[in-house]
Amino acid sequence: MAKKRVLIVDDSAVMRKIVERSLRQAGLDLGEVLEANNGIEALSMVRQNSIDLILTDINMPAMDGLELVRQLAAMEAARGVPVVMITTEASESRVVEALSCGARGYIRKPFTPDQIKDHVAPLLEG
Amino acid sequence: MDPALDFNMYSRIQPSEGWVLLLETSAREVFEVMLGTELTQMGEVEVPLTAHCTAMVGLAGRLCGVLSLRCTAETAGCMAAKMLGSEVGAAEYTIRDAIAEICNMVAGNFKTKIPGLAEGCMLSVPSVITGKHYQMHSLADGERVEVCLSFDGHPLWIGLHLDR
Repeated sequence: MAKKRVLIVDDSAVMRKIVERSLRQAGLDLGEVLEANNGIEALSMVRQNSIDLILTDINMPAMDGLELVRQLAAMEAARGVPVVMITTEASESRVVEALSCGARGYIRKPFTPDQIKDHVAPLLEG
Repeated sequence: MDPALDFNMYSRIQPSEGWVLLLETSAREVFEVMLGTELTQMGEVEVPLTAHCTAMVGLAGRLCGVLSLRCTAETAGCMAAKMLGSEVGAAEYTIRDAIAEICNMVAGNFKTKIPGLAEGCMLSVPSVITGKHYQMHSLADGERVEVCLSFDGHPLWIGLHLDR
């Protein structure tokens, strides 16, 4: 089976590195990991690459994670690509909003590699 | 309307004595999970007017004010290196990025520990001030909660400055 290509979207480069490290520590069969600084960059990458999973922050400049999920839902190239939100935002209404926009999971920072694995592994296998 | 911004629906949450422990617990959890480091009690250390690195996250809604994390440049560098699992020193931009994210996570974690705050309070994008020649004057005229913890022997101040 081909290794999975993941896109990590966060305005913090440090957090993108930590998410990538957590994915690899979780033992997931990852291939290339792409990074985007915000929703606009992420949309551009989705248009240019075949992506198996998107992990995105919510609070970002230029285009936030919720708007990204909305735009991905209307995008042919992103059809069927699962999106998981990773954020410090603990509000229940934000979780509901993210899931209603089309996100498939919601991970709150701080997170452990096991928590990442629990949310991400079923989506990559499915 | 976002519930956190609908001030008419929710009254301000007043701080209590237990918040010191909640603030400390919030920081400890973030450091344990994200940096693999246990924060310990520092004891009595005078809070310096200049701390070299101050990360701040604004709070708005049922709680208004600023959550800050202050430390020396050396401590900030050690925190960034631990966070990235690196032995070598990180670049200045990376250090600022790291302490901003830590401060953001402490604020987010603290919110979850106060009933009604997760839904009723929004966090700003974090900011970081660096340098020795500045003094921090909070204009919030309410409560001030601050804990000093030891990060590998280095003092780290985490404070909550609240408006009334």
